[in-house]
Amino acid sequence: MSKDTLFDKVWDLHKVADLPGGSSQILIGLHLIHEVTSPQAFGALRDKNLRVRFPSRTVATVDHIVPTDNQSRPFKDNLAEQMIDTLEKNCQYNQIKFFNIGSGNQGIVHVVAPELGLTQPGMTIACGDSHTSTHGAFGSIAFGIGTSQVRDVLASQTLIMNKLKVRKILCKEKLSAGVFAKDLVLHIINKLGVKAGVGFAYEFTGPAVSALSMEERMTICNMSIEGGARCGYVNPDAKTFNYIKGKEFAPSEENWSKAVNWWKSLVSDDKAVYDDLIEIDASKVEPTVTWGITPGQSIGINERIPELSDIDNADKSIAGEAYEYMGFNPGQKIKGIPIDVCFIGSCTNGRLSDLQIAAKIVRHNKVAPNIKAFVVPGSEKVAKEAKSEGLDKIFKESGFQWREPGCSMCLAMNSDKLIGDQISASSSNRNFKGRQGSPNGRTLLMSPAMVAAAAITGKVSDAREFLKQ
Amino acid sequence: MKFNLNLPKGPIERIQGKCISLIGDDIDTDRIIPARFLKCVDFNSLGDSVFADDRNNSNIVHPFDLEKNQEASILIVNSNFGCGSSREHAPQALMRWGIRAIIGESFAEIFYSNCIAIGIPCFTLTKDSVKHIQDKSQNYDLFFEINIQKALAKNSEFTLSLNLKESSRQMFLNGEWDATTTLLNNIELIKEKIDQLPYVNF
Repeated sequence: MSKDTLFDKVWDLHKVADLPGGSSQILIGLHLIHEVTSPQAFGALRDKNLRVRFPSRTVATVDHIVPTDNQSRPFKDNLAEQMIDTLEKNCQYNQIKFFNIGSGNQGIVHVVAPELGLTQPGMTIACGDSHTSTHGAFGSIAFGIGTSQVRDVLASQTLIMNKLKVRKILCKEKLSAGVFAKDLVLHIINKLGVKAGVGFAYEFTGPAVSALSMEERMTICNMSIEGGARCGYVNPDAKTFNYIKGKEFAPSEENWSKAVNWWKSLVSDDKAVYDDLIEIDASKVEPTVTWGITPGQSIGINERIPELSDIDNADKSIAGEAYEYMGFNPGQKIKGIPIDVCFIGSCTNGRLSDLQIAAKIVRHNKVAPNIKAFVVPGSEKVAKEAKSEGLDKIFKESGFQWREPGCSMCLAMNSDKLIGDQISASSSNRNFKGRQGSPNGRTLLMSPAMVAAAAITGKVSDAREFLKQ
Repeated sequence: MKFNLNLPKGPIERIQGKCISLIGDDIDTDRIIPARFLKCVDFNSLGDSVFADDRNNSNIVHPFDLEKNQEASILIVNSNFGCGSSREHAPQALMRWGIRAIIGESFAEIFYSNCIAIGIPCFTLTKDSVKHIQDKSQNYDLFFEINIQKALAKNSEFTLSLNLKESSRQMFLNGEWDATTTLLNNIELIKEKIDQLPYVNF
């Protein structure tokens, strides 16, 4: 059983009570809500005649259903309009802070909370969205919950949970030039598998993780859930504190040193005990692309799609399904596979640094003929900062569409969808069957740099060839 | 849409019903309920849309469309069932289709806790045992009576010992899977805890 890790310390600090059967009642320090998984929770509260108990500990924004072309109200899609309208009313009635479209702070919930300084080390954070693990980049314990649990947090600010085990993922050496956090996390998921994390919190550590920016750390923690781990985190350090300092909801000037001292005390001890340890050599990671229908089915850009005989017995059946669904052959090179749609955005890779690296690649280049390429900034703040650097112009001049912030084609709840069996090069997080809006649409996950390179060449390409120029 | 839908309520001690097998590892919640059906402000209509794309795209009749499975209530699945998105719409859709318990090799974590929170027990079994009952239920009508206290699935032919987390077992037996009241019983402790948290006052 783990001991003296950040996870253990934060867990103990938030434990309200032990419950029968070995579970615990855990306090949620920050609760984030959005329009898709909250309406039924508010409805259930009304049915039970309960109120939101600690409204100042919940913050809302709207992201999943927002159109990214025309955001004027009412939305063209009646159901989407009903959902945003319901959220507005629920927030107003319950006095919950809501960052609506046009507020300057709207965006994907996992982009918005960190950029406002709401996300801080040592917190427990819950949200009705599996990518809540993103916030672990700050040394918080953050995880996705379902709607009944959203109801429970609204009603009591607590949840019933079983304590997770802790797996230390020690990332040795450094990523090589032109290889990014997305490549590292896809590599880790490939090595460990998509279910290895069930029952675990992942602690990402080591020189390769220390070297990452906060935005890159968010990319890694974001995809913990794709490896089965409900929560992933990085111990906070000077980069974490610098990122938070001065943000709107950061600790005040007079409390700053107190906050930093407390945050430092939460870092996993040198002698901490872990339930498991995995070592990864980050210097060996190549630009990585998925070829199948789970985020674990990935290979380096210069590798071939594995033969069935090279796949572990336990993974053979899903591999067979993947060949068939994707229409790819075992042994086929991934590099050079033609692409139809290029999507840069999502809570995984829709932040400023993601747009910067993609813009660097598309600058002075043109999107290949017949490719639909679009950028969806992660938030209004990201969009504003990107525009102030002229990134929107670079993208538009190259043939990309520049859209308004939202989740967009990561899960295709708005009108941004694949058509038929189109193949997308996507900076998002899931390549499940039908994920991007067409029941037979195909998704290749990769870093924003790799998506940009694919947009220019019209096929899966090695972004490093563009970055050398 | 099925009629006379009695959703789980209060203590749950036993579940009786017919098995329906769904074969495949890593069946994610996007497949259980595609994202376009999440555009709703209640869960009521989700039962019709469960596995919508898989059912439309299947070359063979999907298990959820087979006539013999229409009254089934115990779903038999393989490993990592319910991975991906945290959408409770997935277990809600299964429940509103008629599922009352799930037996599988393993479950994704958020899906598992969503099932518990709506009163759907999830039991685990070894890969071989799952295959055994999947084969049987595909060949003939397989019924079980599941006893939650003992975690046993029984029929006239055989008895299977299932695995169930102790905390989940207790929540089903005492009805506390519907957790809000239990949580609010500790409201004074909760208030105390919030006041002790350093960051609340930063």
